Amino acid sequence: MSVATTSARGELRLWLAQRASAAVLALCVIVHLALITYAVRGGLSAADILARTRGSVGWLAFYLVFVAAVAVHAPIGVRTVVREMTPWRGRSLDLAAAAFGLFLALFGARAIWGLFR
Amino acid sequence: MTVPASRLGSWRKSAHPSYVAFLVHRLSGVALALFLPLHFWALGQVIAGTASLDGFLRWTEQPLVKLAEIVLVMLLAAHFAGGLRLLFLEFVGWRDWQKTAVAAGAGFSLLAGLLFLLNVAG
Amino acid sequence: MSERPASGPALAVKVWRGRETGGFQEFRVPRQANQTVLDVVTWIQRHLDPSLSYRFACRVGMCGSCAMTVNGTPRWTCRTHVSKVEQGGVVTIAPLDNLPVIKDLATDMTVFFDKWQRAGGHFKPPEQRSADFVTVPPATRERRAADAGIECIGCGVCYAACDIVRWTPDYLGPAALNRAWTLVNDVRDAGGNDRLAAVAGDAGCHACHSQENCRQHCPKHINPTAAIAGLKRATALALLKGRL
Repeated sequence: MSVATTSARGELRLWLAQRASAAVLALCVIVHLALITYAVRGGLSAADILARTRGSVGWLAFYLVFVAAVAVHAPIGVRTVVREMTPWRGRSLDLAAAAFGLFLALFGARAIWGLFR
Repeated sequence: MTVPASRLGSWRKSAHPSYVAFLVHRLSGVALALFLPLHFWALGQVIAGTASLDGFLRWTEQPLVKLAEIVLVMLLAAHFAGGLRLLFLEFVGWRDWQKTAVAAGAGFSLLAGLLFLLNVAG
Repeated sequence: MSERPASGPALAVKVWRGRETGGFQEFRVPRQANQTVLDVVTWIQRHLDPSLSYRFACRVGMCGSCAMTVNGTPRWTCRTHVSKVEQGGVVTIAPLDNLPVIKDLATDMTVFFDKWQRAGGHFKPPEQRSADFVTVPPATRERRAADAGIECIGCGVCYAACDIVRWTPDYLGPAALNRAWTLVNDVRDAGGNDRLAAVAGDAGCHACHSQENCRQHCPKHINPTAAIAGLKRATALALLKGRL
């Protein structure tokens, strides 16, 4: 029999997921920052980007992990901000946050696939 | 008169570093979350063809857009640095160098912005 | 209380009158040597307006009863020299934030202490009376963690300073969570997973964003931020081990 209430455990899980995704993002972000700082030298063109991403399983994998982590991290963060700073809370907010996460995951994966294909 | 604010007088949560760090972390997080859909849309332009993506990239060459990009880079760097401080605080423990960590984060954000500016302007 | 007049124009003191609704009433208070904000409030009540309600006890910085909001900052008024806080000869005094106002400068601290209980902030003895005494070496990590937080006297300053208490009314608050952490680290205590369950969730430690208003304002230099971070670790570990 569980000791904590369902909602307390649920909030704990969200907190843990946010921190876990943060750890993944820490690695992704440092790579991404380095990459974009380098990539913008001499202007950025589609050809520049595609030369790197097209057919590269490495970059595909990297960015899919990046998007997955963001799709977990951002909605939980935004949900917390909304709950603390607006009257909106409860099931409808949870669903909206989940929808935002799903949207980020799908929309991001779409872009990544487009750059890989 | 009513309202708790009337009891408060001045803005009492004076700008001590951890509070500023919280504000920066929250604001940068929200800004980045709002930016992401635009970012994914922009990159997804490649699906409509290379010319489509190139067209968008040309639009970003404008000075104001470049400025916005620099700001976004700084926001990302700041959110990242603040996040590292929090991950350490929460998973390893509190240390008495919080102020230093906040300052280092600010420095990192400035550095990232500067490097990006130099590379994008050159 | 002996009065030793000091030079300078009289202080303009704005004092909150009423409950949640009310207003600031202005008094002119003569300056005295080494005058504290508590001296000012007491002088007003004794010489100008006996109907002013406020709370104090030891007046020497031991009990925490005299905590009020002074120029926007929650602090002990008996340990706050007027010379340190006056702004252009003006001092504004209000009751502590985040607590219901009984009258004027006196707040109702019931909810503060209720949350203390809800956070498991009380010692739970082990079941067996016949159990041996536990040896508690003072230099162990747990004991040092507990010692860092046990001097809390429940003055409410951290609670008044905390944004999260303001935004999330159910939030247990820094003092209650700090106390819970001292007990989590007390090797004699048998509160175990029940206490961890009590402090988990967004009425508990997970609502804290480490703004450190609590640590910044605590008159006893206690660090609830560190304690709450410890609770986050302890609850996460308990969850992962299936104990929550």
